[in-house]
Amino acid sequence: MNTALTPHDAASQNRPSPPATQDAERPKRRPVIRPGRIAATAVALLLAMAWAFPVYWMMNSSLLPNAVLTSTTPVLLPFGGSLDNFKAVFEQGTFWPALGMSLSITLITVFVCLLFAFLAALAISRFKFRGRKAFVLAVLFIQMLPAEGMFIAQYKMMSSLNLLNNVIGISIIYIAAVVPFTIWMLRGFVAGVPAELEEAAMVDGLSRTQAFFRITFPLLAPGLVASGVYAFLQAWNEFTVALVILQKEEYRTLPLWLRGFVQASATRATDWGQVMAASTLVAVPVIIFFLIVQGRLTSGLVAGAVKG
Amino acid sequence: MAAVSIPAPQRALPPTSPRRRRQVAPYLLLLPAIAILLLALGYPMLWQIITSTQSFGLMQQFGKPPTFVGIDNYLKVFTDPETWAVVGRSVAFCLVNAAVTLIVGVGVALLMNAVSKVTRLILQVAMLLAWAMPVIASMTVWIWLFDWRRGLVNYGLNQLGFNFTNHNWLENPLSFYFVATVIVVWMSVPFVAFSVYAGLTQVSTEVLEAAEMDGANSRQRFLSIIIPMISPVLMIVGLLQVIWDLRVFAQIKMLQDAGAPTSSTDLLGTYIYRIGVGASDFGTASALSIFVLLLTIALSFFYVMHLVKEAS
Repeated sequence: MNTALTPHDAASQNRPSPPATQDAERPKRRPVIRPGRIAATAVALLLAMAWAFPVYWMMNSSLLPNAVLTSTTPVLLPFGGSLDNFKAVFEQGTFWPALGMSLSITLITVFVCLLFAFLAALAISRFKFRGRKAFVLAVLFIQMLPAEGMFIAQYKMMSSLNLLNNVIGISIIYIAAVVPFTIWMLRGFVAGVPAELEEAAMVDGLSRTQAFFRITFPLLAPGLVASGVYAFLQAWNEFTVALVILQKEEYRTLPLWLRGFVQASATRATDWGQVMAASTLVAVPVIIFFLIVQGRLTSGLVAGAVKG
Repeated sequence: MAAVSIPAPQRALPPTSPRRRRQVAPYLLLLPAIAILLLALGYPMLWQIITSTQSFGLMQQFGKPPTFVGIDNYLKVFTDPETWAVVGRSVAFCLVNAAVTLIVGVGVALLMNAVSKVTRLILQVAMLLAWAMPVIASMTVWIWLFDWRRGLVNYGLNQLGFNFTNHNWLENPLSFYFVATVIVVWMSVPFVAFSVYAGLTQVSTEVLEAAEMDGANSRQRFLSIIIPMISPVLMIVGLLQVIWDLRVFAQIKMLQDAGAPTSSTDLLGTYIYRIGVGASDFGTASALSIFVLLLTIALSFFYVMHLVKEAS
């Protein structure tokens, strides 16, 4: 509601003048720029710079050759930059396997998680049954469990099942980690589609399945997209469990692959241009994705958020 | 849709069968989700509880059956001064980070509310950029910014007249945690800012105007109207921040990888990792994990109750 206010409206709302003098004052007040507001704008812009800067610095460094980065004065703009760092990263040959691992694990997680969560969301929003409340509570608590409290046991389990360094093994853990919140998210969307719509369609002669797929399912699409994006971001960015379960180099996901660069930097001189190019490769698709869908995501955000 | 009117379907006729189906159907629908939760979380949890009462170390890795030791692991863990050092550091780190994040986040939200539309949009896009960054990518950038040889931070401080040439930020635990705090706050503020801003837009302008008419100054309006009205959001966001800042595994691990001593910088997550994966002392690691789980569940209680209340 405040978003619709123009600067002038906001200013006059903060200090409404008495009705009698309003007309006389208005022409004078409009050009007056209030110092408090200038200060607020300045601080806001400074904060915006501070928060955007690391992202900018990553991209800037990724375009500059190492010789420039290791010179004594930093170069703030990528003039004369090139894509050589990206080329070098690709030539190392480790990016594509890591991308492949990340993609397959993430896609399995998103697909299975959406399916399982959708079925469960149907159950808790369309049926009354014994244990429903207990299930919802359990799901919400499970959702909060930290990976750090589970990963040793999960590591032992996967190792005894021979599923260490295995796409299926880690996907199982990811699905279980993401499914609780996805159920909670989808529950809201399923509950938002009135069952009467479906029943009306059934009165009109559709079977229950037909009614579901023709009426309810299309209305749920935004919910499925939002939940899918949530699952995608969680699985794509996950680090803790991957570190424990995927210990062999050839099974690294993108976050682990990126970590390899930083690890190397502790012991030998690092080509930061290449590290930043690698970072950019991992981050930019996620940022674009996030910006596109954030409107849909923020609706459900205060109630449980996107965070690792 | 309404035009297609066909006689009501037959399946509505037998009165008993749909009801019985209703009883079984929800459980069938829940089955896959419950199965995967039991497999990936339930079983490890059970294993963890059992193992925490056993002596389970390297010998057991090579086939020696574990022996039951009762609560010895817990006694060992909680009489070890190192555990308390780690717990103390974790709690302090978590509280400081949550507090700073909350203060900065509320400040950013108030700014979003106070500035013009264009400025707000710029601030929101910057916040979204930081929010969208994958944790590990953020960590590499920050490690590069704080790099002791060529990092921009050292360069900038040098330009300001301090001598920070080749200053290693990660060597000393206190400065290590300072860097970690800067990074964690940077990562967490956007969520707080957007949530609180959403809460601020709900504060009714009529009430604020009425208060102003009655002579309340801006400070009074902030403390007695805005804060109470957004306090539910503040409570939830603050609670989430505390829970999240207890589990800062990726951030701490990455900073350690970049060349910090682990024993003096470990927090709960990395400590469990070190004694579990590193030293294969699964009994002790399990006892600690259960401690972390119980702590999280206790902290989560109010958040879960809030979610349930909000949904009904």
